[in-house]
Amino acid sequence: MATIDSQRLDMPAPPPRGSDKHPLFWKNRGHAHHYRSAAEEFDACKLGMWLFLATEILLFAGIFCAYTVFRSLYPEAWAAGSHHLDWRFGAMNTIVLLFSSWTAASAVRSAQLGKRGALIGNLVITIICAAAFIFIKLKFEYFVKLGLGKAPGTWFSYPYAEHPQEPLWWSIYYMGTGLHALHVIIGACLLGWVLFRTVRYNAYGPTHYTMVETSALYWHLVDIIWIFLFPLLYLIH
Amino acid sequence: MTTVDSIHDHVHHGAHHEEGSYLTPRGGFWSTIWSWATTVDHKKIGVMYLFAVMFMFFLGGMAAIAVRLELLEPVRVVQENLADGTTVTHITGQLFAPAGAESIDAGNQIYNRLFTLHGAIMVFMFIVPSVPASLGNFFLPLMLGAKDVAFPRVNLLSWYIYTTGSIFGIISIIMGGVDTGWTFYTPYSTNTDADHWRVFFMVLAAFVLGFSSILTGLNFVVTTHKLRAPGMGWFDMPLFVWAIYATSIIQVLATPVIGITLLLLLFERLFHIGIFDPGLGGDPVLFQHFFWFYSHPVVYVMILPGMGIISELLAVHARKHIFGYRAIAFSSLGIAAVSFLVWGHHMFTAMGELSSTIFSALTFLVAIPTAIKVFNWIATLYKGSIAINTPMLYALAFLFLFSIGGLTGLPLATLSTDLHLHDSYFVVAHFHYVMMGGTVIAMIGGIHHWWPKMFGKMYNEKVGILGCVLVFVGFNVTFFTQFFLGTQGMPRRYASYVDEFHTLHMISTFGSWIILAGFLTHFFNFVHSLVAGPKAPPNPWGGLTLEWETESPPIEHNFHHEVLVTHGPYDYESVVPPHCDEKDFPLPEGAAS
Repeated sequence: MATIDSQRLDMPAPPPRGSDKHPLFWKNRGHAHHYRSAAEEFDACKLGMWLFLATEILLFAGIFCAYTVFRSLYPEAWAAGSHHLDWRFGAMNTIVLLFSSWTAASAVRSAQLGKRGALIGNLVITIICAAAFIFIKLKFEYFVKLGLGKAPGTWFSYPYAEHPQEPLWWSIYYMGTGLHALHVIIGACLLGWVLFRTVRYNAYGPTHYTMVETSALYWHLVDIIWIFLFPLLYLIH
Repeated sequence: MTTVDSIHDHVHHGAHHEEGSYLTPRGGFWSTIWSWATTVDHKKIGVMYLFAVMFMFFLGGMAAIAVRLELLEPVRVVQENLADGTTVTHITGQLFAPAGAESIDAGNQIYNRLFTLHGAIMVFMFIVPSVPASLGNFFLPLMLGAKDVAFPRVNLLSWYIYTTGSIFGIISIIMGGVDTGWTFYTPYSTNTDADHWRVFFMVLAAFVLGFSSILTGLNFVVTTHKLRAPGMGWFDMPLFVWAIYATSIIQVLATPVIGITLLLLLFERLFHIGIFDPGLGGDPVLFQHFFWFYSHPVVYVMILPGMGIISELLAVHARKHIFGYRAIAFSSLGIAAVSFLVWGHHMFTAMGELSSTIFSALTFLVAIPTAIKVFNWIATLYKGSIAINTPMLYALAFLFLFSIGGLTGLPLATLSTDLHLHDSYFVVAHFHYVMMGGTVIAMIGGIHHWWPKMFGKMYNEKVGILGCVLVFVGFNVTFFTQFFLGTQGMPRRYASYVDEFHTLHMISTFGSWIILAGFLTHFFNFVHSLVAGPKAPPNPWGGLTLEWETESPPIEHNFHHEVLVTHGPYDYESVVPPHCDEKDFPLPEGAAS
């Protein structure tokens, strides 16, 4: 421990956060010791993220598979259940997510071009869209439906059900959209972390934007899963 | 001939010649502990995984010994007529029943918990992470000539996730254990112990462990793609790396499915959402489809790394270029691909005739890449200079046991014979021959092979051979008898049996003690090696893969110089191994030296 302390004493005071001298400033960032270049590290991180996205798709595949099985078993229950969803809220959320995917892509572009202000602006808009999505989902859909007793499984107490298997429909609905909403929150947290590092350290720029890119990729995944959930849940007869 | 050229000294290791081994303690006791707990070094994480999975192997093994003990005697309710005319009823053959139990149910409950614990611990906490996370973590980057895995912090995270999951499992055991079977079939897993949290914790454990598995697999795929040393093409990689690569692909593509399955199961259990509950229109067989869509591919997560180890052991200890390198490499990928198409054979009795027939046919496909491997391994041995040491003996034991395990899979894949054999001890013997006779045997062989490299100490060869013989004999005594039990009709998962099975069950239990003696022999041999073993040279076996280029144990940054690959991993006929004398490892006549 003594050696570490003496090293600390020898070391100059760290440069202030956000300054050009700080090690997290994008121009000062190198690459991890086990890579040969920053480009190689960037490629590896991107490949890792794509693989991770593949695992996410497979996670949701379970829900889609259960959906398919039960829809083919109980098509009337699925039609009846879907009629309880208002397609306008679903469409509104689709627009919110599509727009946010565009701003997330623009955030990557801004980082590549070194436009710090545009990067921050795009990230903020994306995170606001995430909040708007969750707000619409909770306020106009979950709370209203749960209040009417349209709940999953044994919790179902809606008195005007048209089909005995409607509780199962709600189970799939809440599992699918709930898991998706969880991913929206995780994606927003990732983008928030990028925003924090941008504001405080100016950590991303033309030569170093791995985290912006991978977070945006994750956000596009959140978007594309919704693109499949929306018609399968809201637009069936 | 130099095998590795120093291109240039790496910038940050100007003083590389004084660089200590990765095991060199830094500072005092607590700062050493802290440096291990926060390390991102793949070697330390590999060693931490090795100890963690071995601890779980011990727990699961104890449960197995207990299961075999219970089966030593059949459970009988005996009525005794006393001299005064009264009748006394007592129960014999129950070892684990609570004192004063009135009925055999209480003992059976304990038996159910024991075999479930054995299965759940061995599958989720031991065998899935066993080889990839320990030996794979340690040797994959070394064999590729890399300094670390692609994402070192993710690697550490996966160890902590593994530990967290295992702790949930242990909590469940302490709370009394679960009796659902390791497969968590509904409705057992949604209804039993409804007022308890222990099933919840065991399912949660498996769910959490899945993330650790995904992260390890993802890390290895990216490492193999991006961090191969200059000069190492895909077909210059050691076959262990190919096997780990194929394993990792399955881990990445199959594990998320068990994630969603167990998540649905947890919701089913906690909130009764009805997806697996026929009372609400759900389908319990859907759970089995989901479960086996993961759990069958994961069988190959268990066996493929073992196959990779065998390719290394045979080539190094027979001093022969591996026969059919590309065939073995592609058969790993072939097994990985076919593994996703055969899950239905776990549900032959729950499916229609057509789908059963299709799954049966697909299941036979697995035999092709597997047989390709076995034949190539045997061809590798032909005219090799075979060293009879512990790793080699384990490799030979693997060939023998795994072939039996593989061939007994065929009658189980055949619909007509499966009707007779399914859910019997034949199945139990079959998968133990594959899982234990395959993976565990390969892993113990691999640990012996790489022990000098990992810890810088040699082990006692004679004691190692003794342990190997004990394990091999004990294993066959334990499990070969179970093939007979199965064909004669002994169903699996029962605490008792008819008298005709007594002798075979007794022999099987004796065998389990011989296995235990073998593992204890290895354990004490390893402890002795760590405490008092002679120092290991950098390349005790004359291996040609890159991990033998560096010191034993490896230095903190793996290699003194940037690695440049100039020869294949198995060019024994033309290359003198690094750090070795040509006298000890002579090249064949006429080889270019």
